[in-house]
Amino acid sequence: MKRVRRVQGARRPRIGSPFQILLLACSFALAGYAGVRLLAGDWLGVVLWFVGAALLHDLVLLPLYSVADRALTGGLGAARHSEWTSYVRFPAACSGLLLLVWFPLIGGRVDASYAGVTGLSADGFLARWLLITAVLFGGSALLLAGRLLRSATKRRPPDVH
Amino acid sequence: MGRGPFRGPVPAYGRDMRDLAPRLPSSPGFWRSPLRGPWFTSVLGLVLLVGITVLFVTGLLSYAAYNPDLAPVNDKTPDKGILGFYLFAWPTDPPWLYRLTQGVHVTLGLVLIPVLLAKLWSVVPRLFTLPPVRSLAHALERISLLLLVGGALFEFATGVLNIQLDYLFPGSFYPLHFYGAWVFFGAFVAHAVLKAPTALRNLRAMRGERVEPEVRVEREERDDLVSPRPAAPTVSRRGALWFVGGGSLLMFATNAGRGFDGPLRATAVLSPHGGPEPGSGPNGFQINKTAAHVGIDPAETREDTWRLVVTGRAGSVRLSRADLLAMEQHSAALPIACVEGWSTSDQWWRGVRLRDLAALAGHGDDPPDVFVESLQRRGAFRSGALRANQVADPRSLLALYVNGEQLSPDHGHPARIIVPAAPGVLNTKWVARMTFGDLG
Repeated sequence: MKRVRRVQGARRPRIGSPFQILLLACSFALAGYAGVRLLAGDWLGVVLWFVGAALLHDLVLLPLYSVADRALTGGLGAARHSEWTSYVRFPAACSGLLLLVWFPLIGGRVDASYAGVTGLSADGFLARWLLITAVLFGGSALLLAGRLLRSATKRRPPDVH
Repeated sequence: MGRGPFRGPVPAYGRDMRDLAPRLPSSPGFWRSPLRGPWFTSVLGLVLLVGITVLFVTGLLSYAAYNPDLAPVNDKTPDKGILGFYLFAWPTDPPWLYRLTQGVHVTLGLVLIPVLLAKLWSVVPRLFTLPPVRSLAHALERISLLLLVGGALFEFATGVLNIQLDYLFPGSFYPLHFYGAWVFFGAFVAHAVLKAPTALRNLRAMRGERVEPEVRVEREERDDLVSPRPAAPTVSRRGALWFVGGGSLLMFATNAGRGFDGPLRATAVLSPHGGPEPGSGPNGFQINKTAAHVGIDPAETREDTWRLVVTGRAGSVRLSRADLLAMEQHSAALPIACVEGWSTSDQWWRGVRLRDLAALAGHGDDPPDVFVESLQRRGAFRSGALRANQVADPRSLLALYVNGEQLSPDHGHPARIIVPAAPGVLNTKWVARMTFGDLG
């Protein structure tokens, strides 16, 4: 029986692990139970958010930063400074991460409501984000300079002194 | 040309030669990072396995902390059905319980964002694998992965937007984040059961094989995540992990301060309720919603106009602020902790015990639940219900003073509730009416 199925497997659609199917069926049952409730209101909006979040990440955000990274490594490689890559990539990624998470506050989208609701100032998020970005790049540049300096002194033959 | 150390001879383990055409993301050769592979994905996966489990548990605790099964007014998800199976009476001890669980929930969520993004990056080639469906089980798994990835991003996005008061999402935060969490968690458990054993095996194997790099390379090359034509590495795998960890550390360092007052809060420079306090002096601590925002008319809170109506078995009494001050005054040092993940250190509250008010309303022996209504015109929690155990706690107060001074308008003048370990919004401000034993 098993052998027959395996032989036919090439033509007919295969089934796969029954355990996996059972497990996923249970998972879908739970998702369905909660999903009906999740979609009780603005179902189209929620579906768009659920699927849109995955598509936006996989087809927009990820390609965007991959291309940016390729441009960075390519550019530094062409300039024969490949060893600088991490020193640019890390501060850029951190700065981008903070912007991704805090864009409503940094971009001033919620300024009026934030100040009205909390009694706190909504000013300065953009300035502080720029400052953090500057500190990250500055710190990274210092580390790189330190590294270059150290390797330069190491490389210099002792009899030059 | 730009080939990394994992480049072997043309692999002979079943990949079609045409798949190496690097034009399309469906060909393995399109993905060139030498970082992708079972080790990197397994480490990130195991971090998320632990981290997201903690997020889920603290999230469920936060849901329970609202006592949604107590009264319709506390329940933003009345059709929860069996999803509320675990609900219990939220305790009042330790008084920092909600401050801790919700601080962990939000801060850990922010800390895990870089890990989640890195994990998704590490497995993205699989999104495009051909054939798209190999079997029924594989088809189901791919549907489940949409719920997993969409669900994770949905949960993180709604959480991150909600703490910034940016209500972009399609509906009320509570049902979206709660039901979304269950949809996500179903897919998460299935994924963990299917993948965690492999991830653990990968890590164990990698550790054991450190001495035999050739075996390790061979094993790695068999994995579909490993690029068949990797670019020259710009960072080691360990370095990449530090990179992700550095992002998490940055998120931690710029957010953890939201759970404390003063200089520690000032370190949370980019997050809501971080930075400097809204004011100075005894009433200078964080405000969830200002009086102006929720529509408090100062004319209603004046000494001569404001009256508290307390109702119970013995009927109704109307109390002025002077009447309340004439009652026995008690103190309690308690924090305010918000669902948004920020909290204050202990503030020193002074006022009338809730159980004394219950006694005044005719419930002297056994304090019952209470329904509290505010003067607020707006806000999802302009009224709330407290459970009997919360009313009975001697630290639960109708506070008139904080830190030695009369409550400010933004902190609930003339009187507010403060209950140990209760979520912030159940500590109703500008209280106008308290009904013992009848939750409406």
